[in-house]
Amino acid sequence: MIIAEQKPLSEIEEMLADCHKVMVAGCGTCVTVCFAGGEKEVGLLASALRMARELKGQPLETLERTLHRQCEWEFVDPVKAELEGIDAILSLGCGVGVQALSERLPGVRVLPALNTKFMGLPLEQGVWSERCAGCGDCVLDLTGGICPIARCSKSLLNGPCGGSASGKCEISPDVDCGWQLIYDRLESLGRLDLMEEPIPPKDWSYARDGGPRRIVREDLRLGQ
Amino acid sequence: MAAETFEPEIVAFCCTYCAYAAADLAGSMRLRYPTNVKIVKIPCTGKLDSLYIMRAFEKGADGVYVAGCLEGQCHFLEGNINAKRRVKYLKKVLEEIGIGGERLEMYNMSAAMGPRFAEVANEFTARIRELGPSPLSATAKHKVPASSGTAAEQ
Repeated sequence: MIIAEQKPLSEIEEMLADCHKVMVAGCGTCVTVCFAGGEKEVGLLASALRMARELKGQPLETLERTLHRQCEWEFVDPVKAELEGIDAILSLGCGVGVQALSERLPGVRVLPALNTKFMGLPLEQGVWSERCAGCGDCVLDLTGGICPIARCSKSLLNGPCGGSASGKCEISPDVDCGWQLIYDRLESLGRLDLMEEPIPPKDWSYARDGGPRRIVREDLRLGQ
Repeated sequence: MAAETFEPEIVAFCCTYCAYAAADLAGSMRLRYPTNVKIVKIPCTGKLDSLYIMRAFEKGADGVYVAGCLEGQCHFLEGNINAKRRVKYLKKVLEEIGIGGERLEMYNMSAAMGPRFAEVANEFTARIRELGPSPLSATAKHKVPASSGTAAEQ
């Protein structure tokens, strides 16, 4: 899922400095699961903002709404009926959610309350770790199901490099060496032969380097 | 002087298995503690939602404390440890928004510690008296909008 975390309160306050009434909009999917932008976080942030503004003598009115998904029109559209008198929407969605609201609600200022971090998973309650970099051309079949793009600091396709020591990456003792993980995994699978096969240079045009990406599935499109 | 007559409003979220029973014991022992402390019984401090604390301050509480079981003695094993982390986080938030982190505290006690309950109530009330009214209570009591919900559900 997409992992995000709340921006510092001071930064959010600054964004809302000229607003009197805002909709604080949460999202019911990824950011709810990673405790960054669900219904509860909406309540907490709105409460903190109201109190902070009250203390500055500039009360802020908040309307709290949590959409099932901010990234789909059908869930964004019901919000249109509640925009009367709203100076801005403070979105606790990921970067996709913020942009979906902006795109679907012309003339409405949509502000991000979160920093969208990465695609990953929770290792335990309160700890999240990156797993996929969305490179657009998956090589997990060659690397024992551990991604060299997301897990190796250098995104090496034929690692490890000389910075790998005792299973850790040279950037930090807290970061596992991605290629050590791959080696250990392939060894446990009895597939160390895959380490012998050089992985050819990657075509990065499938990744962000190729510009904004888009998928069209003709079999799924509707209408004429 | 207003400071001399200031009677703080304090909300104490008390776990039913320990602090709430300790309050009961304090009563049975005829111990005196300030009437400023308004007790809210909760099934475990682990059940304490951060929003309850924020709402208490928003509605004009001058101080809030959370009283749970002694560490290692939670009826639900680690509810009080989880609450401690939430309190620590909220103290930071309260500091940041200008209410002051010292207006929130976490205490631990067992059901047998009636005198400790009274001591904590006295100690915390004295602390809040010293700090004075919540900066928010100067700006009248606050309305908390009942406008939370899921837009798509409507």
